[in-house]
Amino acid sequence: MMRMSLLATALALAGPPAMAQQVVGDAIPASLTGQPGDPARGRAIVASRSTGLCLLCHAGPIAEERFQGDLAPTLAGAGSRWSEGQLRLRIVDGSRLNADTIMPPYYRASGLNRVARAFEGKTILSAGQVEDVVAYLATLKD
Amino acid sequence: MTFVRGVLCLVIVLASSWAVAQGTADKGGADTRRSGYQDMGEALQKMQADDTANPGMLFVQLGGQLWGKAAGAAGKSCADCHGGVASMKGVAARYPAIPKGSDSPVDLEGRIDLCRTANQQADRLPSGSRELLALEAYVAHQSRGLPVSPPDDPRLAPFRAHGKDLWQARQGQLNLSCANCHDDNAGRKLAGVTIPQAHPTGYPIYRLEWQTLGSLKRRLRNCLVGIRAEPYAYDAPDYVMLELFLMDRARGMPLESPAVRP
Ligand code: HEC
Ligand code: HEC
Repeated sequence: MMRMSLLATALALAGPPAMAQQVVGDAIPASLTGQPGDPARGRAIVASRSTGLCLLCHAGPIAEERFQGDLAPTLAGAGSRWSEGQLRLRIVDGSRLNADTIMPPYYRASGLNRVARAFEGKTILSAGQVEDVVAYLATLKD
Repeated sequence: MTFVRGVLCLVIVLASSWAVAQGTADKGGADTRRSGYQDMGEALQKMQADDTANPGMLFVQLGGQLWGKAAGAAGKSCADCHGGVASMKGVAARYPAIPKGSDSPVDLEGRIDLCRTANQQADRLPSGSRELLALEAYVAHQSRGLPVSPPDDPRLAPFRAHGKDLWQARQGQLNLSCANCHDDNAGRKLAGVTIPQAHPTGYPIYRLEWQTLGSLKRRLRNCLVGIRAEPYAYDAPDYVMLELFLMDRARGMPLESPAVRP
């Protein structure tokens, strides 16, 4: 069991999605790593301008980041609007729900054009990072 | 990343569709096009408007010196062929254009490069070099205040159309198109920065973040890097095609070179 999930994490860090994610309705119910994420790490990813990039477009309850975007709905309350599975699909690949969305697909490495060499074949976040972000968003209850 | 700068401001100006961003295309309606100038704070607007404060004017001065300086095997200066720089009035307002004897468009930088290599028989000035930017700024400055006036040359149409395709194509790891930001979300805040409509009216610009003058190509490369797309090669025709599209979109708007941007 331990070995399995370590392997999954290693593959995910190497770039392309390690396993097909099971989409059920508008959600991915199962953790991508088989493990729960860590909300504190998730908060740091969401706040980061080089990792999560979330606050470029969204506002959120992260007071120390003064410059937040207004291209997207606020992240405040995301955890009461959506289940963890619904949040997971929206982060993995929001285009599966809205083909025109501008939200980047954080855990999809295929079907992209002219990706910079440094990022080619890689997902924006690793599976573990997606889980951390999901765990953080789930705490945003209002 | 370079997108993240500026001050938080609560005013949201929406240019929410292509038709609106097009402005004049909407006959009879108000022209809603805005230069990046209008989105800047008052201090920066003043800096741009005041020639003694605008750092771009130093490059215009350097361009003036280079204009009169002989170069290359032909031993000729720009002035030897063109006379006073007043002959350059309106030129920047109609580029990119197709030079005589060619069948593909060049931008102003490319036109200067042709004069350098063919007429002066000198080494080319590298894209982004101080000298090339200075000459470009000197020439573009002669069109300050004149309306963008793309030439009525039907051969440009396919290049412009390709530029529009590039504009609308999603690219990069973030999977965004230029239009996603500059047509659909112009006026909104990307982190702290107001997304401009991306009119190419100020170039070359003095950008505070660069602390120097820079070309439209440099600006476009910044946006490509921002969405984690591979920038086009420095000599790729894609920049010229995007510029053709952007100049048509900005038709009639006044040129501002050298503009100042944050
Ligand atoms: C380039 C813009 C952009 C970025 C970057 C971005 N998003 Fe989004 N996001 C959107 C937009 C726009 C929507 C609205 C839904 C749609 O377009 O389909 C959205 C929707 C969402 C939703 C559903 C919100 C709701 O209540 O309906 C969540 C949750 C979310 N994003 C989280 C994130 C997180 C977490 C990150 C970073 C890891 C992120 N987003 C990065 C643009 C973005
Ligand atoms: C994620 C949003 C985003 C995308 C996508 C984007 N840009 Fe930009 N662009 C910006 C922002 C924000 C600025 C101004 C702030 C800055 O300096 O970074 C800007 C500035 C510009 C400017 C300068 C405008 C001026 O007033 O000087 C041009 C031109 C431009 N972009 C063209 C493009 C083109 C062409 C593309 C596609 C290849 C593109 N942009 C993609 C956000 C974006």
